[in-house]
Amino acid sequence: MSSPKIDVAYVAKLARIALTDEEITRFGSQLGDLLEHVAALEKLDVSAIAATAQVVESRNVDRPDIVGESLKRDVVLSMAPSKQGAFFRVPQIIGES
Amino acid sequence: MHPFLMKSAREMRDAIWQREISAVELTEATLTHVAAVEPEIGSYISVLDEHARTAAAKLDARVAAGEKPLLAGIPTSVKDNMCLTGTRTTCGSKILEHWVAPYTATAVERCIDAGAIPIGKSNMDEFAMGSSCENSALMVTRNPYDVSRVPGGSSGGSAAAVAAYEAALGFGSDTGGSIREPAAFCNLVGFKPTYGRVSRYGLIAFASSLDQIGPLTRTVEDAALMYDAIGGHDARDATSVNVPFETTADHLRTDLRGVRIGIVKEFATDGLGAEINGVYAKAYQDLAALGAELVDVTLPTAEYGLATYYLIAPAECSSNLARFDGVRYGLRVDGGNIGEMYERTRAQGFGPEVKRRILIGTYALSSGYYDAYYVRAQKARTLISQDFARAFASCDLIACPAASSPAFGFAAKSDPYSMYLMDYYTIPMSLAGLPALSVPCGWVQPDGASQPMPMGLQLCAPLFAERPLLGAAHAYEQATHHARLRTPGLGVSA
Repeated sequence: MSSPKIDVAYVAKLARIALTDEEITRFGSQLGDLLEHVAALEKLDVSAIAATAQVVESRNVDRPDIVGESLKRDVVLSMAPSKQGAFFRVPQIIGES
Repeated sequence: MHPFLMKSAREMRDAIWQREISAVELTEATLTHVAAVEPEIGSYISVLDEHARTAAAKLDARVAAGEKPLLAGIPTSVKDNMCLTGTRTTCGSKILEHWVAPYTATAVERCIDAGAIPIGKSNMDEFAMGSSCENSALMVTRNPYDVSRVPGGSSGGSAAAVAAYEAALGFGSDTGGSIREPAAFCNLVGFKPTYGRVSRYGLIAFASSLDQIGPLTRTVEDAALMYDAIGGHDARDATSVNVPFETTADHLRTDLRGVRIGIVKEFATDGLGAEINGVYAKAYQDLAALGAELVDVTLPTAEYGLATYYLIAPAECSSNLARFDGVRYGLRVDGGNIGEMYERTRAQGFGPEVKRRILIGTYALSSGYYDAYYVRAQKARTLISQDFARAFASCDLIACPAASSPAFGFAAKSDPYSMYLMDYYTIPMSLAGLPALSVPCGWVQPDGASQPMPMGLQLCAPLFAERPLLGAAHAYEQATHHARLRTPGLGVSA
């Protein structure tokens, strides 16, 4: 797990966050420090250990497939940054390269 | 300040049942006090004047009709990551600064149904990421016991509100210590129930396998009452556990006879300085004096808790916070195309700590690193849970510090990792999903503090053992009464 220095610009692209050059430098150093701390986990022998995703019993939860009450459309759309009629409005996607 | 505001929640409730005071009177007194102290303390992002008045009038009508609601008329602070219909719910973030919740969280709804009066939405570290409230993008909250110090976090607004008598019940949420650490800093009881005991429906998600709602109160009995009102299965949260719910407020104890309490070898306090070490040595003696049998236990992998947590929690947060993209709600910053719109919205909407955690989580989940970081951390989590299970074979409860220091000054932890270390004692229990609480256990005099600051004793129990946990905490509190020793500065006098 000994890490290469984290490529913050690449990770920020994956996370869809625009960073300034100053942030790339600062976060790069802070996240590099954190990765050194988490490297301590290499000392644990986990070869025969199962991973825990959830500590308490977890199972699929079903409900009857019946249409129930949901939030009112005008209430939900009133919180939208941009809307048109009954829709959320976003910048043009089709035709983009 | 109205003298009723310093009463415990249970005492307020009893007074309302007995018509010594009405919910409307108590609510008005609270709102007046809130207006007086808020410029100094800053607990609330939004004060819910009208909401509170309407709820109080409704409650008085219920009491007049002969009802005795469990939490009748109690002024309550709601952390601003919990939805309440028609109220701004910001998560302490610019990205949700103007978002109004269209529905109500189950825990909040149950509390209001039980008669509680929502006074305000309280400040918090942005998206509950932090241990001091300094990561709030919207305002500063100060510790009522020394306004040059932080209230703790992330539930620091609710902690400050309850400590400053701006509420008697406070909603917190705890992912790695966000209820227990501010409770310790503000001389309160802070209780994180077993993962899944309290519904997360309507709690804005940070790390879904860890987040849990719980009470911040001035007494153990109040924490038990609030937990009894909000806990139990909820079909609207698939991770809410469907096991029989055990009430706690009717099972509080006054002694610890027959209780085995584990003292953790790896959490020895001698490295924390003589004064703090003395506080915990005395606390363990007091537990023994109440009849508890102290036993030595070991949690060899607990020291890996922090490393484990700072992979798992950011990984889950990077996934949960992907929904904030400027499309359906919250802030939008326009760009030349949709990709730029996402990137600019998230750049301006999120503060530095949230960005750091999204980045580390994205990295830990990215191709080539997933097994080395995320899966390894999930396996370490298994080992930590197994350690607790082994320890609980020889004890009923575990006692240890809630935090390694009392409340610190603003900007004292500017290096992110030094802030992460504040949760050293609380994270292992969160990873194992265990119920744990902090109860006041003494006072220390930090350099430069205007008065001694409180410390918290953490007690932890096996999964679903809330009843013995709160029972024991009550016995300790009633025998020691550390919390009563001092009241906040603030011009609030007894």
